[in-house]
Amino acid sequence: MYSKADIFSWLEAVKDPEIPTVSLVDLGVIRAVEVEDSGRVVVRMTPTFAGCPAMDYMRRDVEQTLRAHGVPEVQVEISLAEAWSSDMVTEKGRAGLRQHGLTPPPMLEGQVLDLDFLEYAECPRCHGHNTELRTPFGATLCRAVHYCHDCRQIFEQFKPL
Amino acid sequence: MNTDALKDLLYRLADDQLILGHRNSEWNGLGPILEEDIAFSSMAQDKLGHSLQLYSLLHQLGEAEPDMVAFTRNAPQFHCAQLVELPIGEYDFSLIRHFLYDHAELLRFEALAQSSYEPLAQVARKLKGELKYHTLHANTWVKQLGSATEEAIERLQNSLNFTLPYALGLFEKTAQEEAIIADGIFVGEDAIKTRWEENITKVLNQTALEMPDLASLTPVYGGRTGQHTEYLQPLLDEMAEVFRLDPTAEW
Repeated sequence: MYSKADIFSWLEAVKDPEIPTVSLVDLGVIRAVEVEDSGRVVVRMTPTFAGCPAMDYMRRDVEQTLRAHGVPEVQVEISLAEAWSSDMVTEKGRAGLRQHGLTPPPMLEGQVLDLDFLEYAECPRCHGHNTELRTPFGATLCRAVHYCHDCRQIFEQFKPL
Repeated sequence: MNTDALKDLLYRLADDQLILGHRNSEWNGLGPILEEDIAFSSMAQDKLGHSLQLYSLLHQLGEAEPDMVAFTRNAPQFHCAQLVELPIGEYDFSLIRHFLYDHAELLRFEALAQSSYEPLAQVARKLKGELKYHTLHANTWVKQLGSATEEAIERLQNSLNFTLPYALGLFEKTAQEEAIIADGIFVGEDAIKTRWEENITKVLNQTALEMPDLASLTPVYGGRTGQHTEYLQPLLDEMAEVFRLDPTAEW
């Protein structure tokens, strides 16, 4: 039999479908795990953005990974009980975002989101601070596009929510 | 809890999001600059995701599956305001529609985060964070273009004058209005409309645009009770074309 800790460690292997350096656990998408006496495992997940098309892939990857570890029955529940916030990305997750060339989101800590807050992002390439928000809408729902005036490159930030 | 009143509200919210999401997606590949092309496409994707959450709530209340609800109804069965079904037109119209709609939507979901119907309150708490990006985006462009060249100001002013009567249609009350307020499901249209007028006026005051006197305008009503413009049915036909080829297909 396996413990809750085992399940979490196995789920470390399930990465964001578009950011292979960040696990769903460190992204804050996996909120809770329950191991029932029968061996059945319930995983509760919360979507980053309501329209995120990767949710189905994430659900499937979680199911397949746990089955490969011998879990006979996996139930994935998508829950909005605790709405996802970018503050839920762990330190390890933030390091993984940097590794993938994405600036991590600033910690909001319940502050009101305003444009001033969004405008600043450190360039992930040259670490320059002379940057400008081009648009909060990037290649995916969770990314904003910035421009670095130091190295003159466009870069992306995992956007605060 | 009055389930009919709740469903009526959910259909209004969901249909607005679905239809405007599809309209905004028409900017894909046509935006005036690349970033705007992507912004409108991204917001369209958000709106479709929001409509899915709301149709899922309806499904939990016994309505059909979200895809069936979205793709098999005809225009008279839709509860969206006429504002969202109008063609995208020129960029100035789409921008003003986005500005007027998203300010209303953000206030609506901020209020719904306190709804007595907890599943709806949860969805609202999720969506309001995303909607802040939409209103920030609209405000940025309205402020920039609304104080730019003479042509930009004139175009936006004309679009504002044209669009406002339709935008007032977002606040059309249905027969269920008293019931949803009495049950604590929603604060009601009047409360939202007052704050909406304050918020959009605050932004417009930072531009060269003039806010028309809303009291002198005749709101375009009918959408909430299934009366729509000639533009809705062709849009629905196009949206549902693939789904209707084989509604039972596995994707």
